[in-house]
Amino acid sequence: MVENRPWLAFFTHLVLIVGVVIVVFPVYLAFVASTHTGADFLRGLVPLLPGLHMIENYSKMLFDGISTAGAPPLWRMMLNSTAIAVIIAIGKIVISLLSAYAIVFFKFPFRLFAFWIIFITLMLPVEVRIIPTFAVVANLGLLNSYVGLTLPLIASATATFLFRQFFLTVPDELMEAARVDGAGPMKFFRDILLPLSRTNIAALFVILFIYGWVQYLWPLLVTTDSRYYTVVMGIKRLAATADAEPQWHLVMAAAVLAMLPPVLVVIFMQRLFVKGLVETEK
Amino acid sequence: MQTKRTIFPNRVLPYFLLLPQLAVTLVFFIWPALQAVKSSFEREDPFGFRTTFIWLDNYTRLFAEAGYINSLSRTAVFAVLVTLLSMSLSLILAVAVNRVLRTNRIYTTLLVWPYAVAPVVVGILWWFIFNPTIGILPYMMRSVGIAWNPRVNGDHAMILVIVAASWKQISYNFLFFVAGLQSVPQSLTEAAAIDGAGPFKRFWTIVFPLLSPTTFFLLIVNINYAMFDTFGIIDATTSGGPNQATNVLVYKVYADGFLGLNIGSSAAQSVILMLIVIALTAIQFRFIERRVQY
Amino acid sequence: MFKTVLCLSAGMAALVSASTAYAQTEISWWHAMDAELGQKLEAIAQGFNDSQDEFTVVPTYKGSYAETLTAAIAAFRANEQPAIIQVFEVGTGTMMAATGAVNPVYQLMADAGEPWDPSGFLAPVTGYYSDTSGNILSMPFNSSTPIMYYNKDVFEAAGLDPDVPPTTWAELETMGRQIVESGAANCALSSAWITWIQTENLSALHDKPFGTLENGFGGLGTEFVFNDELQVRHWDNLKKWSDEGLFQYGGPAGAADAAPKFYSQECAIFMNSSAGRAGVIANATDFEVGFAPLPYYDDVIEEPKNSIIGGATLWALNGKDAQVYNGVAKFFTYLSSPEVQAQWHQDTGYLPITNAAYELGQEQGYYAENPGSDIAINQITRGTPSANSKGIRFGNLTQVRAIVDEEFEALLAGSKTAQEALDAAVERGNQILRDFEAANS
Repeated sequence: MVENRPWLAFFTHLVLIVGVVIVVFPVYLAFVASTHTGADFLRGLVPLLPGLHMIENYSKMLFDGISTAGAPPLWRMMLNSTAIAVIIAIGKIVISLLSAYAIVFFKFPFRLFAFWIIFITLMLPVEVRIIPTFAVVANLGLLNSYVGLTLPLIASATATFLFRQFFLTVPDELMEAARVDGAGPMKFFRDILLPLSRTNIAALFVILFIYGWVQYLWPLLVTTDSRYYTVVMGIKRLAATADAEPQWHLVMAAAVLAMLPPVLVVIFMQRLFVKGLVETEK
Repeated sequence: MQTKRTIFPNRVLPYFLLLPQLAVTLVFFIWPALQAVKSSFEREDPFGFRTTFIWLDNYTRLFAEAGYINSLSRTAVFAVLVTLLSMSLSLILAVAVNRVLRTNRIYTTLLVWPYAVAPVVVGILWWFIFNPTIGILPYMMRSVGIAWNPRVNGDHAMILVIVAASWKQISYNFLFFVAGLQSVPQSLTEAAAIDGAGPFKRFWTIVFPLLSPTTFFLLIVNINYAMFDTFGIIDATTSGGPNQATNVLVYKVYADGFLGLNIGSSAAQSVILMLIVIALTAIQFRFIERRVQY
Repeated sequence: MFKTVLCLSAGMAALVSASTAYAQTEISWWHAMDAELGQKLEAIAQGFNDSQDEFTVVPTYKGSYAETLTAAIAAFRANEQPAIIQVFEVGTGTMMAATGAVNPVYQLMADAGEPWDPSGFLAPVTGYYSDTSGNILSMPFNSSTPIMYYNKDVFEAAGLDPDVPPTTWAELETMGRQIVESGAANCALSSAWITWIQTENLSALHDKPFGTLENGFGGLGTEFVFNDELQVRHWDNLKKWSDEGLFQYGGPAGAADAAPKFYSQECAIFMNSSAGRAGVIANATDFEVGFAPLPYYDDVIEEPKNSIIGGATLWALNGKDAQVYNGVAKFFTYLSSPEVQAQWHQDTGYLPITNAAYELGQEQGYYAENPGSDIAINQITRGTPSANSKGIRFGNLTQVRAIVDEEFEALLAGSKTAQEALDAAVERGNQILRDFEAANS
């Protein structure tokens, strides 16, 4: 702040408050909707204040589910989502650390070729090649399995890219010192590189956890068995009822529950999250 | 390509290190991609009993099809508007947060969490808000005489998906703009202030040009996001309708292949999308390689 | 760690269930029935499972009809298919062309030695699902036909006789205007399934062809002809009424927004599948509902023909072992027994698919007690079906329906006239038929 202008300060806060309202409003509305009964929506307008049926709606979704909409209890789907998000995050981090290490610290034939094979996947979401990928997973017999749910999503290079950028900033002197001490490549990797990457790994974990959690189309296609449903795809099942009134209050309860874990992760690990996000991309 | 001055002399080890990622990439990315290329030259019945090689038929028919041309233009409109709307809002918020000192952590926390909301949930939230029968916004619009109907009116449907997609992307852009603003040297703005430039003039003449690398980076990322990561939003709101008004490329691949069972055409669309993504990635990459200083 | 926990819990669950269900053959059944219908369907599966201890039918909801069919095809290609899949009538052409994928029901029943008498089924239903030699390929399960639901309270409030629904489109228009102008409701009409009800059934009712070669029953070389005078006139009317606020569009396919408009008393008349009955009775709690046959244009036809069916049948997919098919056959027998059928029909509004189920309902006095519940049956069995009202059979009809919906939306948005929209739909639809022909011959 260079000068002090009260009206500008006021205006700044006003802009921010309006921004926060825009961001929070849809979710507030969803929360309000999830605390009413279904009948409250037939009157033709959504209430703006919370109702009295929060406990009832949430416990119904968490513990009973709506079997006819193909939705098992939500706690089960949330467990699945957690499992899948964690597997994706860990899997990606492990394979990326190794391959980034190889690409940065070694020279070998076909290095450039391997580099491009991996990096061509950098921005290609699974949606784009959805049908052939589905066919491959189906042929491998991986439908309805955690492997089928996670492996194809692990196959992208975002994390590799981050580690490569980070490894390039590691001073050469560290490595020279390690070699003088007679440390082999794996020892150097374990004792020096991994500890140095700790924060990056944690930050990336947050980002990848969210990435895994919000997956929608892929789980929708590869799971036919409700035991493998994730919460994000389960919601769609609830919202898309053909011959009946969508039960908005329950759909919104499910939506709030599906948002909660990753949002809490972002809020409570904000520093890591910001670091992970901004550094992954830069 | 960047590398280290000193490197390990091992010959075999790097291949082992690369093996997991290469294997996963080959099986779940390269192989399906090749499959897509292969079936884009074929006609096949849904059950896969009969397959005929038909050269470029799928492609020529695609570009002769009004629906595909429509989808291309809709995607362009959607991507450009989402990028503009989301980035301009985020920039305003980032500049504002950069000006407040004591409360900026609180504001940041309140603004960044939509990043973690799944696109399909975003779609459901906005569908609910914009629902002609029970939504709050149509209710307000009715009172000022706007007949809001995304079921029939393609423009309304487009507005709906643009708003939903932009909302989700605000937090991402915001964080990058904040990071960009923090790297603008204080001394420059102070010098300009001494020369008598007001805050707005300072922003346009000094800060904004210095943000251009961030802005360019975000442009690419946002276009990429709008084109490929918004599947869930579209699916939960308009399903590409009405009359294909919101049938963007990535949704069309799915709708033609999975719902329409038209595997050849869907594969051809996949191939085209992959080329677009690879081009975007290449641009992004050149840019990053140029910018990063070691 | 997590995996171990999962394996353990799965193992525990298996142990627990193994003690109750000893070595039963599992029969997977994918379906598209949600909400009330889903509950009734699950009750049927449960009833069968309780009636014997050799087989367990496991129903799984797979989303919309289109999603269910797609999932099953994809699963079939990956050899992960269910034993039974519920396919809507539009998928019939696709399923019939896929001879290698289907275990036809007449064959399946013969192989399993189950008694099976096709003549006991309603003729309009079996005709729809038979091959050219008259063999029934899939098991009729939930066949419906569109009917008209109307809000008696609104009729009364508008000064109309609540027991006299409109029989012709002209009457519907006059009554609709009276309803809207009197303020009894904001809109007169909403309809699900624009394609099925306002185009396919419209053609059948007025004895007009929907496509050449007996609406596709005569072979793959068929072409669409639904861009004729009658259909154009009707679409023109819908557009006109939409502009005037008499008609409100509820979305493509099953029209997710149409039923809520009726339940919330926004619209006075609602056209939907007879199977919407369960949902209507469950949701329309604040007013009295009337049921009526679909209206017609009395200057086009004096005695309207029968309406055509919708809904779905059950197909057995190939690639399972004989024991599974024995179970499927037993389940089909159970499913078509008069008691189960009558119960299903009365609970849901689907047609009773056997004559025995209909007669049982009459004996029980169900139709006398529930006025309007036999409207669908009477409408589909009236007169003698002509080549134009026997049904329709086209390949990839799912895609064609999507196209017709799109063109209808173009009409409502004002970017095309009814003639232009229908012409475009026919042209695009024919292209799909040619593709189907090429891929399947």
